Amino acid sequence: MADARISLPQDIRRGEPFEVRISIRHAMETGYRTDETGKPVPRNVVNRLLCRYGGEDVFVVRMTSGIAANPYFRFFVTARESGSLDFEWVDDAGNRGQAQAQVKVA
Amino acid sequence: MTMFKHRVTASRRSVLRGASALVLVPWLPARAADDPLPAIPALAALLGGRTPRFERLRMQVPPLADNGQAVPLKLALSGPFSGGPSVEALHLFSERNPVPDMVTFRFPPGLERIEIDTRVRLAGTQRLVAVAAMSDATLYASVAEVVVTIAACLDGS
Repeated sequence: MADARISLPQDIRRGEPFEVRISIRHAMETGYRTDETGKPVPRNVVNRLLCRYGGEDVFVVRMTSGIAANPYFRFFVTARESGSLDFEWVDDAGNRGQAQAQVKVA
Repeated sequence: MTMFKHRVTASRRSVLRGASALVLVPWLPARAADDPLPAIPALAALLGGRTPRFERLRMQVPPLADNGQAVPLKLALSGPFSGGPSVEALHLFSERNPVPDMVTFRFPPGLERIEIDTRVRLAGTQRLVAVAAMSDATLYASVAEVVVTIAACLDGS
């Protein structure tokens, strides 16, 4: 199963901001929960999400356990050229994830 | 009969009026702009003694959240942006979460639509503070209060 779901609008116009939505599959363990045997589940949250487009960082998030499980973000990016929107994230355990979406600029 | 009916209507109306006043009072939207910000050390560190302006930045959260595990939150900074200072970062702080510094968003210069939706975790009823830091060092802030019925991340549950 994919680690993230990205959605972009159909109609993207050069020079205008377009909407990006991303949802990442991650438990965002707060460190305050215990498992069924009563052992504490260690804290492990996605702490950084980066979105790159056309060689530029267009959206950077530093987050903590204050973001709900399966982090979801909706934000805007200025349309330049058609190309790839590249996401990268890392959690406290050092696991890295990545996902791409293709931007078609009209 | 008619008189009786009339009296019933009148009293029903006044009861309704009284009830609506009771319901509305706790939900008066947003606090006055000059209300003090909640004492959050991470927020104080960001502000560094500066006073943010309570304009342009809008935070939307439901006034009542049944479940603190995932509360929808929207941040929007109104323009104009072109030519003027751009937003460098948006910060969100919690009054009661174990980690008060909830999230920070950064944007490239020149972006003309600053609007973010996400879902946050809230450990109980509290105030949230959003701060927008602009490229000319201006700060805009917005405060919202959320009543949380079931808190997130409490006593291992």
